[in-house]
Amino acid sequence: METLFPNGWFEYLAGGVIMGAGMSLLFVSTGLIGGMSTVFTSVWSYFSRAPFFQEGRFVSSRQWRLVYAAALVAGAFIWMACWGEPFVTGVPAWRLLAGGFIAGFGARLSNGCTAGHGICGMASLQPASILSVLVFLATAMITARIVAALA
Amino acid sequence: MNARALWWVAVSGALFGFGLALSTMVRPEVVLDFLMWRDMGLLLVLGGAVAVTFVAYQLLPRVMAKPLAGDSFGKHPSEMSARTLAGAAIFGIGWGLSGVCPGPAIAGLGVGNWPLLISLAGLAAGALVQGLYFAPKAP
Repeated sequence: METLFPNGWFEYLAGGVIMGAGMSLLFVSTGLIGGMSTVFTSVWSYFSRAPFFQEGRFVSSRQWRLVYAAALVAGAFIWMACWGEPFVTGVPAWRLLAGGFIAGFGARLSNGCTAGHGICGMASLQPASILSVLVFLATAMITARIVAALA
Repeated sequence: MNARALWWVAVSGALFGFGLALSTMVRPEVVLDFLMWRDMGLLLVLGGAVAVTFVAYQLLPRVMAKPLAGDSFGKHPSEMSARTLAGAAIFGIGWGLSGVCPGPAIAGLGVGNWPLLISLAGLAAGALVQGLYFAPKAP
């Protein structure tokens, strides 16, 4: 246990269970599937006339997805205000920017990210999502090691 | 969508964001430690979230005709295709480079992790390029 979880296990498991509770509450109340990466495509429907962004699935969901995203920030803030402390990452800006661009492109091409495929797709036992999770875990682990070796 | 449903969305999103912060996934350093096999805690985050969501997704449509404030239960659209898997492989490269994925990039702002604004700009730009130049043909 010490080697697998040097920083303990409770916060990880409790955080995951609460994330699952949020996904489940969204489902029981509205029937919606709470993936995250689609918000980045649906927001572009406000600004771009390109046919893809104007598809109904993005235009009709952009409002609730923005509310959902804003609520994510609020929920994290409540945690910080009551129990936690602020945190500012030390990962270099170029890695945040380039990694964000690549992850944003890939997640939208794949139609899912760690939330969409990782939680929603796996929880509905979708083979394509389960395989996608194995694929992105593999490429992420390889990339992280390469970057660490070069740094 | 009516106001009542949007309130449910807000409460659900706040729970999800709270969980992301508590799980420490809003720290890219924790994600990178997991990817380097120094701390396997993220498996507990994923496992906990999937287990609870699995029960909800499997059980609720069988015992309820429709959601409390909605018309029908949705399903995650996941298609077994080269596009899906190539996208997943590319997504992983970006995740491994930065330690940031969409949910934590957004929620992290709530704990004051302002450099994630740079990640959000990257994520939005990536989604723009995908939609403009690599969109699937309309069905």
